[in-house]
Amino acid sequence: MPMEASELKQLIIQAIPDATVTIEDLRGDGDHYAASIVSPAFKGKSRVQQHQMVYDALKGRMGSALHALALQTGVPDDLRD
Amino acid sequence: MTDNPVFTRIREEVDENDVVVFMKGTPMFPQCGFSAAVVQVLSALDVKFKGIDVLTDPALREGIKQYSNWPTIPQLYVGGEFIGGCDIVRELYDSGELQQLMDEKGVEHAT
Repeated sequence: MPMEASELKQLIIQAIPDATVTIEDLRGDGDHYAASIVSPAFKGKSRVQQHQMVYDALKGRMGSALHALALQTGVPDDLRD
Repeated sequence: MTDNPVFTRIREEVDENDVVVFMKGTPMFPQCGFSAAVVQVLSALDVKFKGIDVLTDPALREGIKQYSNWPTIPQLYVGGEFIGGCDIVRELYDSGELQQLMDEKGVEHAT
């Protein structure tokens, strides 16, 4: 069951409001996405914790509605250690 | 969390083996591109690892997701610690952090 890129983006922004989200539909099938998410909320968190925050935002859709989501997360350049 | 027998099995696997990949398929015949990518990284580093095929065990396939609080397969464990899925493993390898991590955990690898 595919999912719109806009819906994906909205779910992430709802959970992480200050995030800058870029989404790419890798195959144009609404089922394989790459998302790049930059947010101050990720500061001080490990990569695993950052990705877990994104997965939490998707409320269980990852692995069911969404087959593949390549994730890249980070904090804004000016907040980096 | 301790009452699920699958969790006990997972804990034993990651405690007894330095490097464990929970994956779809086997290291020789991965059944998914993401699992294949993690195998490829570990092979490039010449790291000895145990691949555990979750496709042959539905309880394990669900159990590992709960155990790690991570919704996808593959999952890499080094020294009993959850390191991440395919994206994180590739990122760590590209930046040299994975090699560093193997050093810290006392895992032999090529440079």
